[in-house]
Amino acid sequence: MTKQILFLQGNDVCVEAAIYAGVNFFAGYPITPATEIVERLAEQLPRKGGKFIQMEDEIASMCAIIGASLTGMKSMTATSGPGFSLKQEAIGYAVMAEIPCVIVNVQRGGPSTGMPTCVSQGDVMQARWGTHGDHAIITMTASNHQDVFATTVEAFNLAETYRTPVILLFDEVIGHMRERLIMPEPGEIPLIERLRTSVKEGTDYHPYLPRDDGRLPMSDFGGVHRFNVTGLVHDMWGFPSNNPNIAHGLMRHLVDKIENHVSEIAKVKEYYLDDADGILISYGSPARSARHVVENRRKRGIRLGLLELQTLWPFPAEKVRDLCSKAKYILVVELNMGQIMQEVKKAVEDPGKVFLANKIDGTFISPTDIRNIIRLIQGKGV
Amino acid sequence: MRTRIIFSGSGGQGVVTASIILAEAAVLHEGLNAVQAQSYGPEARGGATRSDVIISDTDIHFPKVNHPNMLVCLTQEAYNTFSGLIRPGGLLLIDRHYVKPEKKVDARQVELDIYKTIMKEIGKPIVFNICMLGAFITLTPLVKPESIIKVLAKQIPSDFMAMNEQALQIGQRMAEAYK
Repeated sequence: MTKQILFLQGNDVCVEAAIYAGVNFFAGYPITPATEIVERLAEQLPRKGGKFIQMEDEIASMCAIIGASLTGMKSMTATSGPGFSLKQEAIGYAVMAEIPCVIVNVQRGGPSTGMPTCVSQGDVMQARWGTHGDHAIITMTASNHQDVFATTVEAFNLAETYRTPVILLFDEVIGHMRERLIMPEPGEIPLIERLRTSVKEGTDYHPYLPRDDGRLPMSDFGGVHRFNVTGLVHDMWGFPSNNPNIAHGLMRHLVDKIENHVSEIAKVKEYYLDDADGILISYGSPARSARHVVENRRKRGIRLGLLELQTLWPFPAEKVRDLCSKAKYILVVELNMGQIMQEVKKAVEDPGKVFLANKIDGTFISPTDIRNIIRLIQGKGV
Repeated sequence: MRTRIIFSGSGGQGVVTASIILAEAAVLHEGLNAVQAQSYGPEARGGATRSDVIISDTDIHFPKVNHPNMLVCLTQEAYNTFSGLIRPGGLLLIDRHYVKPEKKVDARQVELDIYKTIMKEIGKPIVFNICMLGAFITLTPLVKPESIIKVLAKQIPSDFMAMNEQALQIGQRMAEAYK
């Protein structure tokens, strides 16, 4: 059977993938450049038997998807910079209460209301540390529509596997750009469904007692078990506790469940790295410009490679170190003032060989911009 | 084969819509690869808009157009801003109703009366962009008119199809002499 080919915006692809993954609850508030996600889901989700709610604001949207997830729904919201800021407190609640959910942030120029229609990747560190307190989080991104689809499905899978909010950090160029999508067949990408408790009605259910493998089976809230859910440090019944042992155990659990699985969670794409003298590291839409440069240079026999990050958090530091060990220089290509460059510097043996090619003026970085920086690194002048 | 196109004009003219129809027709009905990206201001109407389309038979990574082979300018502002970007030997399409050419560009400049003709023959500015597209695909046979019609048929209520097909044909007719 020939597969269905579509020509869509990245935002539309994200919606198609969310539906493929089984999303059945969306709450959001329209914001440029994420509005098309809200629009398309408003049209499609009710037809599939799901619930779509346009909430009164960004905070309420985040709270609504947490509540819905707790009752057993696969839930999601979509926003951009200013809305992402407003959601941070509730994202922390989802981290603490271990509620699976997916938050899409189609990044635009910031800070504050910034440049609504312009591209940026300024929220990378906000995705990591936007909510307060030590914690771990999963954040993923993509540079083309086939990957937007796969990554969105993966976000739902990881949210359920690790009982955590997962942030999809797209950007205006990917969100609004149109290109071909070859629609995956049902079953082609595996779906991970929620691990539910086998504890029967009338038997004590401990909502926060991890199994031997660290996973916590859930019970649909409002169903057969009564239990407490809180943003306070809590014991295995979900009740607040100031006991240092419980607090320590909970903090380790929240961080270790993700940080100890970096190799399973974090994904990268490697292009021509085996013999590369110079390596570009990029993610999201700028990875397209980086790929353009690499493909052109390779045609001329120049040994340039590209390491595309698909997972930003947890940061695949070991992988970056290994793959970049032989490179003479590493150039991080991103649309911010070096948020991932700093992580790369921390990861590699010699931070002195890490450079930055960026743009922060709302325009997209071009292959020429990248080539000019490579010339500067090589002492050739622009 | 790679063609880089910029469609430029003002919000509400249908510039972006026309560019999407072209790119979609190339991907769905011509077996080609295409990427469309746009830039625009915060205004819904009246702001300067630009839509970049790349049509190719190979993979397209960088999605924007720095120097187009083909440039369509539908406002004076768009013409003043973008006409200098065109590749030598490229093709520049303008509408005389909106644009008075001032600069000399190293490209073939085709000046048509799309708006006036549409208003005279159909009387509805809503199909102005489709007429422009008809002229465009005649000047550069990247995409067949049938492919454009297939895309339109999927998106437009059937009552409006005849008007759109007519507009497309008017555009084709107007550009015929410049082929």
